[in-house]
Amino acid sequence: MTTAPTRKHFVGTAHTRVEGRDKVTGAARYASEIPFDRLAHGWLVLSTIARGRITSVEDTPVLAMPGVVAVLHHGNAPRVDTDYTGLLGTAPDPTAALFQHDRVPHAGWPVALVVADTSEQAREAAEALVVHYEQEPHDVDFTAEHPDAYPLDSHLPAVAEKGDLEAELAASAAVVDAEYTTPEEHHNPMEPHAAAARWDGGRLDVVDSNQGTLWVASELANLFSLDPASVRVRSEHVGGGFGSKGLRAHQVAAVMAATVLQRPVRVVMTRRQMFSLAGYRSPTRQHLRLGADADGRLRALEHRCLSLTSTVHEFVEPGADPARTMYDADAHHTANHVVRLDVPTPTWMRAPGEAPGSFALESALDELAEKLGIDPIELRVRNEPALGPVSGLPFSGRNLLACFREGARRFGWADRDPRPGLRRDGRWLLGTGTAAASFPAGAAPSTAAVTAEADGTFTVRINAADIGTGARTALTLVAADALEAAPERVRVRIGDSDFGPAFIAGGSMGTRSWSWAVTVAAEELRERLALGAAVPPEGITVRSDTTEAVGALARKERHSFGAQFAEVAVDVDTGEVRVRRMLGIFAAGRIVNPLTARGQFVGGMTWGISMALHEEAVRDAGTGGHYGADLAGYHVAAHADVPLVEADWIDDPDPDDPVGIKGIGEIGIVGAAAAIANAVRHATGVRHRHLPIRPDRVLMAGRHA
Amino acid sequence: MREFDYRRAVDVSGALALLDADPEARFLGGGTNLVDLMKTGVERPARLVDVRELPLNGIESTDNGGLRIGATVTNSDLAAHPEVRRRYPALTQAVLAGASGQLRNMATVGGNLLQRTRCGYFADVTKPCNKRVPGSGCPAVEGEHHNHAILGASEHCVAVHPSDMGVALTAFDAVVSYETAHGPGELPLAEFYRPVGDTPHLETALPPGALITGVTLPPAPVAADSRYRKVRERASYAFAIGSIAAALGIEDGVVREVRLAFGAVASRPWRARTAERALTGAPANAETFAAAADAELAAAKPLPHNGYKVTLMRNLVVAVLTELAEEAAR
Repeated sequence: MTTAPTRKHFVGTAHTRVEGRDKVTGAARYASEIPFDRLAHGWLVLSTIARGRITSVEDTPVLAMPGVVAVLHHGNAPRVDTDYTGLLGTAPDPTAALFQHDRVPHAGWPVALVVADTSEQAREAAEALVVHYEQEPHDVDFTAEHPDAYPLDSHLPAVAEKGDLEAELAASAAVVDAEYTTPEEHHNPMEPHAAAARWDGGRLDVVDSNQGTLWVASELANLFSLDPASVRVRSEHVGGGFGSKGLRAHQVAAVMAATVLQRPVRVVMTRRQMFSLAGYRSPTRQHLRLGADADGRLRALEHRCLSLTSTVHEFVEPGADPARTMYDADAHHTANHVVRLDVPTPTWMRAPGEAPGSFALESALDELAEKLGIDPIELRVRNEPALGPVSGLPFSGRNLLACFREGARRFGWADRDPRPGLRRDGRWLLGTGTAAASFPAGAAPSTAAVTAEADGTFTVRINAADIGTGARTALTLVAADALEAAPERVRVRIGDSDFGPAFIAGGSMGTRSWSWAVTVAAEELRERLALGAAVPPEGITVRSDTTEAVGALARKERHSFGAQFAEVAVDVDTGEVRVRRMLGIFAAGRIVNPLTARGQFVGGMTWGISMALHEEAVRDAGTGGHYGADLAGYHVAAHADVPLVEADWIDDPDPDDPVGIKGIGEIGIVGAAAAIANAVRHATGVRHRHLPIRPDRVLMAGRHA
Repeated sequence: MREFDYRRAVDVSGALALLDADPEARFLGGGTNLVDLMKTGVERPARLVDVRELPLNGIESTDNGGLRIGATVTNSDLAAHPEVRRRYPALTQAVLAGASGQLRNMATVGGNLLQRTRCGYFADVTKPCNKRVPGSGCPAVEGEHHNHAILGASEHCVAVHPSDMGVALTAFDAVVSYETAHGPGELPLAEFYRPVGDTPHLETALPPGALITGVTLPPAPVAADSRYRKVRERASYAFAIGSIAAALGIEDGVVREVRLAFGAVASRPWRARTAERALTGAPANAETFAAAADAELAAAKPLPHNGYKVTLMRNLVVAVLTELAEEAAR
């Protein structure tokens, strides 16, 4: 590829969001704001029992209420087909296959949809709807012993084992043997799940808030046995997803009602409903055993992670997976198990596996460092693997130590006295901690179309999703560079299943996958234009499909890496923990837009503060439902909890990678909670292995522990 | 949510009449709690009588050197008032420790006192709650209760009162004024909230249909050196898991006068009179502070998962009184 030396590069320079003005002025419309003629409003009714069956739904009095036009339930709803494997290789979550039978497998299971002319009428009627149940005893207790837990594969096998674990542990100079737990956590995007469905000229047209329109469209086509071409799903602006915005009950409910009523129907989840219907991160119980020689070299590494799933669908939170990338040992055992309980099915939530797994693994490394009297960064230096510890594959690039070096320099790590409990500022004990981070850098096939318009502008069409990440802006810069055109001349259209296949906004793979497809099409278009082709009124369009190129990628360990640093203050008389500063240094490939990239990293780290200190969904044993399922009960960090959070990155080139971009959406949270927990240990001398590190736990530490 | 009728009152007698006209009516202040409860179905009023326009938004000095605070004064205005800041600084600190700027701009003094518990069982109509549905049970006793009461609760309800403002007002002997169709009345804040017993749904001693018109703070020179400390599970925008309002007067190293009230430990702001008695006349040092806290907390009946509050309150008493004593010595 020839490049004029004076050509301006836009990738790597800071750009505000191209839709920023629309968003702050309210011109950008979200799914629940888009008007339709004759729109009806559906309100979901959720089960109040955690296990049993529905004996009757008293819909007659509700149908007589003002504005009510329909009550859908298992006795009258259209049948759907759930016997298929979806785009992401999984069967549909039965929580979204609404109203197909009388069984209730968890609290908050959708049992009916009330549809009315206004949202208020629908809500009032839904809350008045009486549903009778035959209740059965439920089990929601994850903390109990679960002999029936079983290994479950994710995209990696559940179990990976090499070496004689017991022998290596016995031969170790120092051993860490500890259990760590993380609680049930919820995505809670600011924008609740919302969808409106209507039939338009024989096509099903759905306006939704999701992380992949073709994903949702194909699920709807499968469920309702429709020709895929007859389903269109659009999702122009998305107020956060974090893994929760795939196929959910609201889209299915809207389609069912629109089909039955032959009028547009919108269904919006309440915040409280989201706790049952939107998926969540399973709680985990993780058992770590590390054994090392006196010089810190790991002889044994065992990481066993137990998570939960529902009785009707399988999902595993693979917390043991990060160890397969991070550290090698002569004996290396990792295993992910699940137990089935009477609860909703968990799902992907920002850095699935890595977020809880890194808390346990990176806390255990810190414990080992202290036992050995080795600086925690130095311990990681001594255990830097040459090849993937489980795969045996080479790394495409592994700049973890460079992240630690740069982070240590900027954070002032060299001055750190490792002894705990020595630093004080008034009533606050101070401490610092560090942890490593990693996240896979995958790519998936995508298609794009780039059009040179007759007016000299360019239009990019790709079925990407901007879930608040800045993807639309990033793709604008990528296209501008490939077209050698100013970003102002490039219009990027996304979020429409009619644009054809492209990967979802998930797995930190979106921008990497989409940029690849956009670059291929845009470069070919630029070359055609360079030959002097005249642009006809309809423009010149070039399409790309990266299926072959992605498939041709050499098999390697491909990851982003990072080093997290935290300073905390702890008042041991009140149990309050406050983060004073955080620094994250990342090696995450080519950074497209420093402005939004920093937002992604800082956002992830901020979530790490929440994970370490605040977030915890409480399940009430008696009812099997949640306690405090709203943003007053479920705490996330408030502004005052988030002090100076700095994120930066180092050069992380990969000459063999055709796109060079890695994902940055998830790695920011990885290791952050461990860095904070390690800092709390340094401040107080007390190790906290159970998240969140609540005041009562800090206060009582040493009394019961 | 239920459709409701909305009326705006312009004077107190009009407000009382508008309320009286509908047995399912409620007064609306800032609405920062009531409207949330309406959305979740905990409250289902047929009519809201908006009292924010009533001429009750003044803060005035009383003849004897106290303050009279109108019922519709917003939390923001209360906290910012120069005389409140000068004479009762713990009250300003308490108000500013609560909610957010936006909420404080809406919330009123009268509404703050009448806000409901944030117990998650009370707030969820799909679950039992004796406060919401008398006789339905209290799942918190055996369920989630790590932020529930350690003092003055009963087997029927272990919820805590969420107010910060009320804790400071309780420490300073505030008196609540109200108006009814049959005339005005007064209740010391110490008697304003009813004991829990087996009637947790009956929260205040206000007569039916009464409208709070104001709160009077008697003169309290000791309050000029007062402090509010709130402990919560994040740095801002959360209810207390334990809080304390304290004022300390010391002469020659001896406690001359002390005011002490606890928040988030009981169904009402908890005046720590046992501790006050133990402290008055005692040497002002950490030992007597701790002993006084222990005397007050001897009555605590913690549940399996909220015993930390006993330790927390003891530590808070010692920390805040020590801080005040050190400041007085400077």
